[in-house]
Amino acid sequence: MTTLPVRSRRARKRRPDASLLPGHGHGRFWWYLVPGFAALFVIIIVPLCWNVYLSFTSYRGIKPPIWIGTENWVRLFNDATFWTSFRNSIAMIIAMVIVPTLLGLLLGATLFDVVGKKFGGKLASFLRATYYLPQILPTVVAAIVIGWVLRPGDGALNHVLKAVGLGGLASNWLGSPSTALVSIMVVLVWVQLGYPVVIFMAALGRVDPELYEAAELDGANWFQRFRAITINIIRPEIFVVLLTCTIAALKVFGPIYALTRGGPGTSTIVPSYYSYSQFFQSQQVGYGAAISTALTVVIIIVSILFIRVQERAERTERDG
Amino acid sequence: MAPVDTASAATLDQAPADAPARHTGHGARRKVRRTRSDWLVVVIAVVGAIVIAAPLLLILLNSFKSPTDYASKGPLQLPIHPYFQGIIDFWNRVDFPRKLWNSIFISSLVAVFAVALSVLNAYALGIGRVRARTWIIVLFLLGNMLPQEALLYPLYMMFKRVGLYDNVWAIIIIFTVIQSAFGTYLLSSVYGTFPKEILEAASIDGAGRWRILWQVVVPISRSTLSVLMIFFFIWTWNEFLFPLTFLISNDNQTVPVAITALQGQRLMDVTTTSASALLGLIPTLIFFLIFQRTLTRGITAGAVK
Repeated sequence: MTTLPVRSRRARKRRPDASLLPGHGHGRFWWYLVPGFAALFVIIIVPLCWNVYLSFTSYRGIKPPIWIGTENWVRLFNDATFWTSFRNSIAMIIAMVIVPTLLGLLLGATLFDVVGKKFGGKLASFLRATYYLPQILPTVVAAIVIGWVLRPGDGALNHVLKAVGLGGLASNWLGSPSTALVSIMVVLVWVQLGYPVVIFMAALGRVDPELYEAAELDGANWFQRFRAITINIIRPEIFVVLLTCTIAALKVFGPIYALTRGGPGTSTIVPSYYSYSQFFQSQQVGYGAAISTALTVVIIIVSILFIRVQERAERTERDG
Repeated sequence: MAPVDTASAATLDQAPADAPARHTGHGARRKVRRTRSDWLVVVIAVVGAIVIAAPLLLILLNSFKSPTDYASKGPLQLPIHPYFQGIIDFWNRVDFPRKLWNSIFISSLVAVFAVALSVLNAYALGIGRVRARTWIIVLFLLGNMLPQEALLYPLYMMFKRVGLYDNVWAIIIIFTVIQSAFGTYLLSSVYGTFPKEILEAASIDGAGRWRILWQVVVPISRSTLSVLMIFFFIWTWNEFLFPLTFLISNDNQTVPVAITALQGQRLMDVTTTSASALLGLIPTLIFFLIFQRTLTRGITAGAVK
């Protein structure tokens, strides 16, 4: 993923813009882009622009949209629910980015260093596959699995709590405002953890064991070596994980739809669910379009910031 | 979601966890010294894995219990009288075979079409190196990164107008484009390093661009394409928002939509709900088991040989 064509730019300078196929100028290859471009235009670019246009209109889905200027946007910035939805996005980022990345670093490193080297690769692979398992499920199904465990009343978690004498802690986990958001976060940590584990374990294969041996001779303990060597070498993978997971966290929809529909009240509402409910439940299409456009802008800004930070990190590393 | 999973596809194979084992295996086994803290670490890792697997095991356990069994013995007891009524009821109520077929049909066609489209794009971008290719690749990647809500309503209006609303083909078309946007990004960088000697040889033999694409480039990158195809299949299978809003009639629903639609209804007692989750899990678990070897064979490793 990190091998964007950017990397080979230097190599290309020698033979600028020649195709890899001798005797075939790069101009002739445009034809192959025609179907892809046409599809991208019709399914992505036109709807995206249309959606931006709708955000400046009043449209209830039946009569044609009416241009109302920035009214939706003014309303958006004064809408407490909109800000709540983005505050909940921060909770989603904690659950899908921060916790899985930190745990994934520790688990990936221990599975690779300790379990893989001292207890056999089979056990390490098996554990890695187990951690990865929730990742391959449809997120709504993953949500339903955890939702089943958290069922109010007779759910498995409440059952177990009662059995060990902690019945007082039993709760309507997804139904009360104080626990619903945390319950959703548990679902997301469960789903997401395997991804950084797999990526980081693969990246650790690049670390030269001699570096570790040298550090060990210098008396560095495991954690010092982890911080000084491991983190530095697998930094590109950490960036990829942070960026892709942050985008995924901003886009969360399925678990919210399947478990709480944003409720109770607005305690678990997220931008994507908020715009969906404006589109298809309140029939406030213009307002829904404004919310989804705002989300798009946030995602693009986050991506640009990430790539900037990564470039700067690479530059400082190169310059020593 | 998409880029998340592919990065793992690309790396699952590169450094398998068993690589270090090969160095330490057999002859070297004597050298391995396990300290007390090593044992502590391995115990924590195993306990963590049990915690991750526990919800799935609970679902498996309780899908074969009757609601009364569940009420009297709790969720941790093994089913004493295996009970299949929950699964059978849910299977019939959602017409599960129909939903399975819809999901298989949509996901397979998207996988094939999206790979074909990605190949054409990547041939021009990676091998043809058309002008401004970096920007074109960024444009395609953007198509994959966008929140689907930003396309949802306009696409809903468009497909309604052309009469494809509540039709599986709407979903097939939309996801062919979304998945191929990612495939274009990935394949372009793979084709950018395609061995030049092979292309030169084919060119000297007098093959044209179209023939070189299908008789040289595609066969040589076959394993990358098959990994891509499998991931497109699984991602499309797991998609939710578009199928939910576009496929409203029962006969067109996909598996995740059908499973979610019945949650929280009064007919869904505790073990039937568990059975519904089990039916949602099984197909993806089967894909995981079938395709594991192909996935681990690698997206870059086998691509260029």
